[in-house]
Amino acid sequence: MSTTVYIPCDSAARSVGADEVALALLAEAELRGLDISMVRNGSRGMLWLEPLVEVDTVRGRIAYGPVSADDVAALLDGGMLDGAAHPRCHGVTDELPWLARQQRVTFSRVGVIDPLSPADYAAHGGLAGLRAALGMRPTQVVDAVTESGLRGRGGAGFPTGIKWKTVAEASDPTKFLCCNADEGDSGTFADRMLLEGDPFTLIEGMVIAAYAVGAVEGYVYVRSEYPDAIATLRRAVEIAYEEAWLGADVLGRGFPFDLEVRVGAGAYICGEETAMLDSLEGKRGMVRAKPPIPALQGLFGRPTVVNNVLSLATVPAVLAGGAEAYRELGVGRSRGTQVFQLAGNVAQGGIVESAFGLSLRDLVEGFGGGTATGRPVRAVQVGGPLGAYLPADRLDLHLDYEELAADGAMLGHGGVVVFDDTVDMGQQARFAMEFCAEESCGKCTPCRVGAVRGVEVIDAILHGSPDERGANVEILEDLCELMTDGSLCAMGGLTPNPVRSVLRHFGEDLGLTPVSAGAPS
Amino acid sequence: MSVQEWSADAATEIVRAHSGVRGALLPVLHALQERFGHLGPEATRLVAKELNLSRADVHGVVTFYSDFRTAPPGRTVIAVCRGEACQSCGSRELERHAQHSLGIGFGETTADGSVTLDQVFCLGNCALSPAVQIDGRLVGRVDADLFDRLVSDAAAR
Ligand SMILES: Cc1cc2nc3c(=O)[nH]c(=O)nc-3n(C[C@H](O)[C@H](O)[C@H](O)COP(=O)(O)O)c2cc1C
Ligand code: SF4
Ligand code: FES
Repeated sequence: MSTTVYIPCDSAARSVGADEVALALLAEAELRGLDISMVRNGSRGMLWLEPLVEVDTVRGRIAYGPVSADDVAALLDGGMLDGAAHPRCHGVTDELPWLARQQRVTFSRVGVIDPLSPADYAAHGGLAGLRAALGMRPTQVVDAVTESGLRGRGGAGFPTGIKWKTVAEASDPTKFLCCNADEGDSGTFADRMLLEGDPFTLIEGMVIAAYAVGAVEGYVYVRSEYPDAIATLRRAVEIAYEEAWLGADVLGRGFPFDLEVRVGAGAYICGEETAMLDSLEGKRGMVRAKPPIPALQGLFGRPTVVNNVLSLATVPAVLAGGAEAYRELGVGRSRGTQVFQLAGNVAQGGIVESAFGLSLRDLVEGFGGGTATGRPVRAVQVGGPLGAYLPADRLDLHLDYEELAADGAMLGHGGVVVFDDTVDMGQQARFAMEFCAEESCGKCTPCRVGAVRGVEVIDAILHGSPDERGANVEILEDLCELMTDGSLCAMGGLTPNPVRSVLRHFGEDLGLTPVSAGAPS
Repeated sequence: MSVQEWSADAATEIVRAHSGVRGALLPVLHALQERFGHLGPEATRLVAKELNLSRADVHGVVTFYSDFRTAPPGRTVIAVCRGEACQSCGSRELERHAQHSLGIGFGETTADGSVTLDQVFCLGNCALSPAVQIDGRLVGRVDADLFDRLVSDAAAR
């Protein structure tokens, strides 16, 4: 009988040799006359174990990792196809504490199924959400999403149902739906892994959204840095058309929805929704002034829903399980689950999806197992390049929208980047300004000029005369204030976040004594 | 399909294949760059004419996005991630090594036309940092040795 072996096609897994392992395994199996069938699944998200090979046995899927091509022969000798013990064997995948402690909702199928198999998708609960939605009136679907408490996972945390309602109620007969798959925040990769590991979930979520708001055309704007995700998603869209999940008559229910994949061109600012719309229209990605909001005048001036990949990919689960069930997860005004991405200098990095309420310590020390280098954690940047750096003594913060905001930090897209005690926080502050200077769309002066000036001032603080340091810190603080107050969008407006957090928590790296650093808020 | 010499006929065909596409400019520019390796003045001119845009508009878009190249790249293109997760795992040293060993800065091509070195801010491989992308292929946990090997393997291809 044929043994099923899973080796991820996820680009992170491939980046450390998954393709080579797959080839080696196929070659060895042929040589030995072993009957295996290989599935290239998404990644389970335990990225430190990649390439992770799973073997289907009577006990369930047994995990081996990290496996290199050179290990394959010895693993086969040792009985890997029967799930035999081995130093690289971790037992039944689903029972691994790292996974078992999670609550996977958005990521429930990622790493489990063949990403491009409609049969696999259906067998694992796919389309249940869409079928439920199609049994309701569009307004009821909007209400269900509102009641679920789902908030946008792209960064701003705006309630998804409320955005949909605005678009649904707009009178324009032409409405658009745009999925923001620009995932520009460093330290984040959940959108990519979902696109590569379970693209049908996003498509299903978009069909539900289109039905709910009355959009007949949709776009997914994927950053060009993700060639594998683009290829997988394009193929998934083709298959979805073949299966009539997309097209003129979705599921034979008489409503049309067309979906197209568009590719970005290397501009961080195109993750900002209005810049993304300009880019989709074929223009430079310049941020638009709001109002008008995209929900009323978005793509080509039409009412447009813009949602992040994870927001849309969560919608099928919300509809399938019911708003109430989703809402029951989480704390306060942060409902449901959050997909954290544990990254940087961390021993066990990857995808941690859990109901809101985890502390940073649970993540970094519990799941992450501390730093990869084994040195003490010094700083954690939460929420991407515009997020604050938190010092090790703030690890007890809970990761929900409100608690983070109260500490000047933000959840953003859920990226958590760990640094050990060798980090030079002065350089991290400088980089925040440098990144803003590099990626500013240039529309407004506080951002365009302020960021360049910010780099200069930080250089002066770091390398200039100590006598002038105090004055330069004041200039930097004024600059941060100007950028915060005077920028049109969050690029310029939030770049001061990481800079101020360095002033506040790591002043010694700017040559400041704790006293002269003060405590700028 | 590998990169080809500029051909106005082939280019026109590519642009016209996008007729009916809303906001076609970016898809058109991507397709042309994929075919011809870069977007020279002849490409800008042709796209402007075919899409009924001003040359300034097209030029403005080409220069806004860091993906679009106005000069041919090297035979191998390596992008080194400069994002924070990679920084936490030593990418600053890798950046220095890459520039030093190739003798060029970011955005430049070696004199022999073999390698173009680009910077990128995050490749979505932040738990396996530092990351680079070489000719579209993602590589994780890159140190100086692996970087050198990637470069020499590419040269041997
Ligand atoms: C500079 C900047 C970059 C952004 N980048 C992204 C991004 O890469 N992906 C994303 O979904 N949202 C990004 N956003 C947020 C979007 O503007 C928008 O809020 C989001 O796509 C809405 O979807 P959601 O409600 O589902 O989160 C960015 C915002 C700013 C200001
Ligand atoms: S803040 Fe920066 S990125 Fe945002 S609109 Fe102004 S210049 Fe553009
Ligand atoms: S920060 Fe380098 S891959 Fe994300």
